[in-house]
Amino acid sequence: MTDRSVTAPLVVPAHRGLLGRFARRAEAVVLPLAALLVGIAVFSIFLLLQGKSPIQFFALTYQGAFGSAFSWQNTLSRTAPLLFAALCVALPARLGLVVIGGEGAIVLGGVAAGASGVVFSQSIGVIAFPLMAACAMLVGGLWIGAVGALRYYRGVNETIASLLMAYIAIALMNHLVEGPLRDPESLNKPSTTPLPAQLRVGDIPGWEVHWGLAFGILACLLAWVLIEKTTWGFAARIAGGNMRAAQVQGLSVGRLIIGFTALGGALAGLAGFFEVAAVHGSANGSLAAGYGYTGILVAFLARHNPLAIIPVAILLAGFEASSGLIQRRMNLPAATVLVLQGFVFVSILMSDTLYGRFKMFAPERWRSD
Amino acid sequence: MPLTSFSRRKFLMGTAAFAGATSLPTFATADAHAPLTAGFIYVGPKDDFGYNQAHAEGAAAVKAMEGVIVVEEENVAETTDVQNSMESMINFDGAKLLFPTSFGYFNPHVLETAPKHPDVRFQHAAGLWTDGMPTNVGSYFGYIGMGQYLNGIAAGHATTTKKIGFVAAKPIPQVLLNINSFLLGARQVDPEITCQVIFTGEWSLAVKEAEATNALADAGCDVITCHVDGPKVVMETAAGRDCFVCGYHADQSPLAPEKYLTGAEWNWAGVYTGMVQTMLDGGTIDNFVRGGLADGFIKLSPLGPAVSDASRAQFEAVKAQIMAGGFAAIKGPLNDNAGNPLLTADKTLVETDIALESMDYLVEGVIGSTS
Repeated sequence: MTDRSVTAPLVVPAHRGLLGRFARRAEAVVLPLAALLVGIAVFSIFLLLQGKSPIQFFALTYQGAFGSAFSWQNTLSRTAPLLFAALCVALPARLGLVVIGGEGAIVLGGVAAGASGVVFSQSIGVIAFPLMAACAMLVGGLWIGAVGALRYYRGVNETIASLLMAYIAIALMNHLVEGPLRDPESLNKPSTTPLPAQLRVGDIPGWEVHWGLAFGILACLLAWVLIEKTTWGFAARIAGGNMRAAQVQGLSVGRLIIGFTALGGALAGLAGFFEVAAVHGSANGSLAAGYGYTGILVAFLARHNPLAIIPVAILLAGFEASSGLIQRRMNLPAATVLVLQGFVFVSILMSDTLYGRFKMFAPERWRSD
Repeated sequence: MPLTSFSRRKFLMGTAAFAGATSLPTFATADAHAPLTAGFIYVGPKDDFGYNQAHAEGAAAVKAMEGVIVVEEENVAETTDVQNSMESMINFDGAKLLFPTSFGYFNPHVLETAPKHPDVRFQHAAGLWTDGMPTNVGSYFGYIGMGQYLNGIAAGHATTTKKIGFVAAKPIPQVLLNINSFLLGARQVDPEITCQVIFTGEWSLAVKEAEATNALADAGCDVITCHVDGPKVVMETAAGRDCFVCGYHADQSPLAPEKYLTGAEWNWAGVYTGMVQTMLDGGTIDNFVRGGLADGFIKLSPLGPAVSDASRAQFEAVKAQIMAGGFAAIKGPLNDNAGNPLLTADKTLVETDIALESMDYLVEGVIGSTS
């Protein structure tokens, strides 16, 4: 098949009715779904080679992830940090930046939330929560914003910088919770002083899922509005398409880069706030749980679309929620779900090369052939 | 094509619809008359030659019992993950007895999950339970510092450089007690011996464990032990550098058959089968259980081929003293490694002394720093 996308007209002709409109939209849904199915198919072959039943695997995945009220609770409670972590990847990605160090902003945001919670421990939640969240977002924003600044001012590769800074962040967290911020009562698990009961974020009423999920979804919606409906988002996408052209147009590329990376980092910091205030009750080494890295996978699977992040995060959280059941029922190691995620990831990345290659998604080419 | 149409707002709409349509319950709840189901949860792989393997060996012993079903899960993080894993075992497998084995599972995860399931027993491996906590939660732990003391005796006989090494995860009381015990055991053989310690900062970080082991070997240490979750890397690296090794958590002799002297192991098999039997008999497990070598909570690996007869004799003699009870590895006069006095000559801290559980010092002869 020859690639005709280069000869496609620059001005899009009028939509060829509803069908043409649908076809154009369908590409963005059909290709990732097809890639997901290919990944699952390859994984099934892998399972068969191990002498295990793919049907049983996916039946258990369904049961463990979505099969009951408890399963949904299990899945959704894992979703919240993934939403924030994925936004930390997706927002800079609109500028063409690959930031993979969200883990660093999560752990430092968590430390900031834990430390500020101690400072505000006398106040009530209504006052303290926004302040704690603001501290977490400030620290996360500075951390990933620094990645953007290094990129813009010094030309340091943002992928490498953010990844390496994540290790620094974890070391810094360990130093802080084992040193200056340590609660002397926490003997064998160094932690900050536990938050008082009124500074713990509770569950969404009627659900056994903490408020982080609602705020995570809200953050995805707002990020989508930012990217799709504002001039900043428009400018970011132009800069992401061609940075030099954006500069020629007079766009403030430096501000965009630092702003979007800092915003992504702030959201990752917010994930740290919820981990501390809703889950752990204090900042400690358990904050480095790898959400930042799973978030990379979520963002890429969602092709950096904030709205798509929501279902993808739920799907991946579901895979992880069912991992335990699969271990117990099929006697497969915990890494099995990682293998599945790996196959799906590679498959989705490869599908990126297929955009614009299928005539059925391009109504303007229907009649000419 | 205008740029805005790149927005993939309908991305995975099908997935969302699929997800929405799937909330039908499809599983049957576990039969109430089924045999006792015991769930074990590990923070790392259960074949790590270390902390998790020690617990998994206990689980394997329980699995061999009549009327018990064992379910296991490995690599479960100390986050909501472990709460979900416990809930999943209760909901899907009907588990009535849970062993969330990692230290960090306790607070807040076990404490939050236990009140929701008063008919389920939660047994956690650390001495963390105190009065006022949920009564369906229990703590158990062993005095494994004594095992490191015996390791030290074997090490003291094996070293020729008078320098022994310790790869440690974090400077927390349990680890510090192990380091101090290891040195003090070795000093029973030769008071000139010093022990160099390197902290890796993480419970499981293979690269730094290898670096630390190599650094100890470079510094002239010729017997090395450790306290990290999985001692495999330390054992193999040290043996590769022609050092003797003492094990920890589980039996690592297969990793270095010629160089392995002995090892301080957990004996969870005996502890767990005892607890499960109590449950099967309709009894209640005590909320707070601790024990040492004499109680069968810990054991020592069989002495390796490199252990001399003199070493064996002293090792067995001290082991017998510990078995007799009331043994103190930490006793005065004792200074810390900065020269500050810790204990006067008349003070001893026996293995059960609560003061040992807030240890924050390294004793004289340990080269290293807690911060």
